[in-house]
Amino acid sequence: MSDSNERLTMPKPLAKQGAELDDRLHAAKGVRTLLRKVFPDHWTFLLGEIALYSFIILILTGIFLTLFFNPSMTQVVYHGSYTKLDGVRMSQAYESTLNISFDVRGGLLMRQIHHWAADVFLAAIVCHLLRIFFTGAYRKPRDTNWLIGVAMFTLGILEGFLGYSMPDDLLSGTGVRIAEGTLLGIPVVGTYLSFFLFGGQFPGTEFVARFYIIHVLLIPGLLLALVSAHLFLMVHQKHTQMPGKGHTEANVVGQPMYPYFMVKTGAFFFFVFGALALLATFAQINPIWQVGPYTPTAISAGSQPDFYMGFLEGSLRMFPSWTWDIGGHTVSWDVFVPALVVPGIIFTGLGLWPMLERWATGDRGYHHVNDRPRNAPTRTAFGMAGVTIYGVLWLEGANDIIADHLQIPLYLTTEIARWAVFVGPVIVFWATRRICLGLQRRDASMLTHGVETGIIVQQPNGGFVELERPLNEEEIALISAKPPAPLSIARAVDENGVPEPALRGVRGKIQARVHEVFAEGISLAPPANGHGNGHGNGHAVTEGDGERAAVGGGPAGPAEVGEGQAGEEGE
Amino acid sequence: MRWITARRRRPFFGYAAVLLALVAVGMLYAAVTGLGGSTASAGSGSSSAQITEGKNLFAVSCATCHGEYAQGSSVAPSLIGAGAAAVDFQVGTGRMPLKETNAEAPRKTPVFNQQQIYAIAAYVASLGGGPAIPSDQQVSAAGADTALGQSLFNANCAQCHNYSGAGDALTYGKYAPPLTQATNRQIYEAMLTGPEAMPVFNDTTLTPVDKRDIIAYVTQTRAEANPGGFSLGRVGPTTEGLVAWLGGIGALVLAAMWITAKRREDHTGEITGNR
Ligand code: HEC
Ligand code: HEC
Ligand code: HEM
Repeated sequence: MSDSNERLTMPKPLAKQGAELDDRLHAAKGVRTLLRKVFPDHWTFLLGEIALYSFIILILTGIFLTLFFNPSMTQVVYHGSYTKLDGVRMSQAYESTLNISFDVRGGLLMRQIHHWAADVFLAAIVCHLLRIFFTGAYRKPRDTNWLIGVAMFTLGILEGFLGYSMPDDLLSGTGVRIAEGTLLGIPVVGTYLSFFLFGGQFPGTEFVARFYIIHVLLIPGLLLALVSAHLFLMVHQKHTQMPGKGHTEANVVGQPMYPYFMVKTGAFFFFVFGALALLATFAQINPIWQVGPYTPTAISAGSQPDFYMGFLEGSLRMFPSWTWDIGGHTVSWDVFVPALVVPGIIFTGLGLWPMLERWATGDRGYHHVNDRPRNAPTRTAFGMAGVTIYGVLWLEGANDIIADHLQIPLYLTTEIARWAVFVGPVIVFWATRRICLGLQRRDASMLTHGVETGIIVQQPNGGFVELERPLNEEEIALISAKPPAPLSIARAVDENGVPEPALRGVRGKIQARVHEVFAEGISLAPPANGHGNGHGNGHAVTEGDGERAAVGGGPAGPAEVGEGQAGEEGE
Repeated sequence: MRWITARRRRPFFGYAAVLLALVAVGMLYAAVTGLGGSTASAGSGSSSAQITEGKNLFAVSCATCHGEYAQGSSVAPSLIGAGAAAVDFQVGTGRMPLKETNAEAPRKTPVFNQQQIYAIAAYVASLGGGPAIPSDQQVSAAGADTALGQSLFNANCAQCHNYSGAGDALTYGKYAPPLTQATNRQIYEAMLTGPEAMPVFNDTTLTPVDKRDIIAYVTQTRAEANPGGFSLGRVGPTTEGLVAWLGGIGALVLAAMWITAKRREDHTGEITGNR
């Protein structure tokens, strides 16, 4: 391990060029800082990079496609080289997509890379988001970047939807039709909005051109700006780091941008590019020539959106058909709620989560060392419950395919989903919390007893014991990195035992209770060295100077789950 | 074939193909309407010996459900008026004789040979009415218009069988089967007789020419290669999403683990910076 103040050495020719440049740009200081930027070396820190690189590939392949795509809904009769459709009436948008696939050299490959990159981009964002969430990396000061992230996620979904809507094939047209229905479902202004977007009745002759300009200019521009802000903030605030030996709130341990990280991330770009190229070569995606051109009179079974819209599709499919008639006006709750209110709640909740958690824990401090998910059981449980809801909606979006392949009745899948979306998260929340607390308990026992080696020996008196080895330093650092729970306002009483003003009244009581739930856990302080055995139970150890001292809230005895102990955990 | 491939892109080829197709369609249309499908091996022209054979087979294999005189029972519909085409489809696709009553009769290996099927069909036809078994010319896809077939298929069939004919689930445990195995004649008969949940497309809804266009489209679609790689089942974005997660992100996460694994052992090049 070297120090970051160590001189940065550059190859001679580079250094000379650099000096020449610096005489003019005076950028050396900034560049030096950047080159010495520390990158924590943990694989989950590369998830954002997958998103970044697929975004770059999306832009590059997208530019190629704009050269040949014709965003026009003018009807033509096809006479291209895909003879099966010779003589079919279609829009120029669909025709030009056929041409890209069959006549433009490399066109099909580009189309397929672009589409696979979109899928991988959004999948990477989801993974990245989950890693940020479950490690608590969004906490102050990174809550701003979290908001930027949620905005990019939303824009990414929208961008993908607009993208696959443009070829004007039967599948995409069906999706646009649903989007129109969703707009119409907005009370009062829905009809106006829909006429505004489509320039009249659906499908009209406008929407492909409009989607096109939003897809190739507006949203990519916004995304580029947001990605830049996101990365700038990330460099400026520096990375978080996973708990580990020597990792503190005051430092950041990892590899320098130059040379190590640059090589790794450069290689990783080519991994991403390679994976997308392989997918595009061997796996056919969105074969619009099989689907046929869009006509409002036709629809195909198994019409599905791309995976990132799947949760919306599922939400629509499972919602009961509730409509009201108010004074001659229809209010379509069955569209408005599942297609707009549900995603509204999901994304607003996502954006507000850092704030909600601050309220729920009373923790307003800075955090640079991440949590292990088990050490924040309630957050992890909320996260898993969210994943469950999202997952059920997503599966329900493909319920016909699932019913067909698993040979279960279609309506049964919907019934199951309707229950699962409410019962599932509750069960998952409860189970996740139990599992996290169980893992903490195991951690506590590893700190006191060491790791079970699986080797059983017979003692002279005939009894059997299992050999254990004490944890090494890295393991201790990792396990005991659990930050003490912040002093709960539940315990914040003054010297006369009178609770804080904030605690009086109903709201205060609720907040105090929430604090306790969030703070529940076991204290995992590092063992004091050379200390005697806390409970004299005579376990054998393979090496070292006896067992680690007992830890936990109490002075002696095993660590316990501290329901209501939250206040004492800081000691 | 090579000769065609080489010239396929020339402008005249399109016109030549259309011309050829038009001539072929015209000739076949004349043949079909002129002959009235009389080449069928069952139906009006069948001998009484054939009908007797069919009656016997029916008594052994079908009567338990459809009744001694095909008059129907509580478990199976009457076959009087069902016609030869229905029998040829149901028995030829192995759906009949039915083994167990489920939401839908699945396609199986046929129990009878074609000779026996014709015999049963002749017997059922002799009970009166129903569509005859279409002739080979009637169901031939040669020279048919796949473009029209495409439009007709998406308008009439895709809502159940999927745009690519991959099939999908229907309500109450029923499903529209994939159209990968049906022969030309079975496709025609399916439209003509509307088995179970499938509607009947009689000759006014879809003319015999329309039906041939659809057959041409279905058979050409299922035979054509996938220029983009493996087809992923031709069921749309569901399998694509699965592949993006398993093959895309899954593989890249493994790569990320591999690329960052080295550090674990020796802390190569690690530095510590200040916040
Ligand atoms: C186990 C009872 C059973 C047996 C045995 C059976 N069927 Fe059926 N059959 C049914 C049922 C039930 C239906 C209606 C549902 C369907 O179409 O699958 C039916 C429908 C049919 C139809 C379609 C009727 C229509 O109006 O289109 C035909 C034709 C037919 N059967 C012929 C036969 C023949 C020929 C045999 C003997 C080789 C036979 N079945 C044996 C139960 C049976
Ligand atoms: C309402 C849904 C529906 C529509 C529309 C429909 N089908 Fe079907 N189709 C079915 C069902 C259900 C079956 C299975 C019947 C059975 O098992 O007896 C079927 C069976 C078939 C089969 C037999 C497949 C096999 O392997 O045995 C063919 C061929 C077929 N359909 C073709 C078509 C064509 C061509 C069209 C359009 C003209 C069409 N279908 C429209 C529902 C539909
Ligand atoms: C356009 C899509 C996105 C790109 C290209 C992207 C890229 C990146 C990159 C490269 C990093 C640095 C290291 C890392 O991966 O942790 C990062 C950090 C971060 N991202 Fe994203 N990201 C995207 C979307 C998101 C989303 C959807 C969220 C959350 C809702 C988010 C929240 C964050 C936060 C809070 C950090 C700082 C975390 C840390 O330093 O550990 N990002 N992003």
